[in-house]
Amino acid sequence: MKVRVTVMLKDGVLDPQGKAVGHALHVLGFGGVGEVRIGRVIELELDETDPAAAREKADAMARGLLANLVIEDFVTEVVA
Amino acid sequence: MKAGIVVFPGTNRERDMAIALRVVTGREPVMIWHAETDLPDLDLVVLPGGFSYGDYLRCGAMAAHAPIMAPIRRFAEAGGHILGVCNGFQILTEAGLLPGALLRNGALRFLSQDCHLRVERSDTPFTRRWNAGDVFRAPLAHGDGNYIADDATIRDLEDSGRIAFRYARPDGRVDEGDRQTNPNGSVKAIAGVLSANLRICGMMPHPEDLVDPLMGGEDGKPLFEGLVEALVR
Repeated sequence: MKVRVTVMLKDGVLDPQGKAVGHALHVLGFGGVGEVRIGRVIELELDETDPAAAREKADAMARGLLANLVIEDFVTEVVA
Repeated sequence: MKAGIVVFPGTNRERDMAIALRVVTGREPVMIWHAETDLPDLDLVVLPGGFSYGDYLRCGAMAAHAPIMAPIRRFAEAGGHILGVCNGFQILTEAGLLPGALLRNGALRFLSQDCHLRVERSDTPFTRRWNAGDVFRAPLAHGDGNYIADDATIRDLEDSGRIAFRYARPDGRVDEGDRQTNPNGSVKAIAGVLSANLRICGMMPHPEDLVDPLMGGEDGKPLFEGLVEALVR
């Protein structure tokens, strides 16, 4: 079972990388771009057949290592 | 003072740290490989700078879960003294041994330059050779040194005197918004913090880089001399 973990900086935590990319988009002529936030996507191939159990496992992994809860939030979703 | 320096794959400042410790103790510190599961008998554990595990995932995130961190946690719980510099500071925050986190520098660039640090209190093993308000020069070299914590944590750190060093002008003035003196954009210009028992200190700049006139100065030496005084046995 494949679980996708999306890790993003918490709201309110400055994302200088996102800011720089937003600026570059503006320079390239893409108008109407508001705030740009950059995160990380981690796909986990898990030895599980139950989606709920797979997500629970991925949640534990995110809390323990994949995300730093001081600065980041995460979302897990079963994708396959 | 018996000191040990922890070496992870990608650590690269352990020899400089060894020089600093040798200068003040007169003896060779022990190098401890990250895969070890026990610590030798030590007064001080140092987590030096570098790029442990290639900064994969987040700076210090992988190292924070290395086998050696279990005995280091026990050492901390037993009241042991720990110094983390640069990547070592990042590892201590990732391990939860110090509060907060280190984000990408505010201006995105990797910074390699001197900075000035104001000593916020002198009654700790790390700062006892200075007076509160003293300013010293220290080199910094990092891409992710932008200290952050939530408002409640920052308030708690300030109220309980757990900020060891702030980035400052040479005259001691602190200006959080000034990139000249607070180059990485750290909240409240925080450069180094302490644990609740004042025995764990993490800082981004490198005091070990200025411990000999041949290095261009001895500005960082008081930190190590103070530790020797505090931990002599």
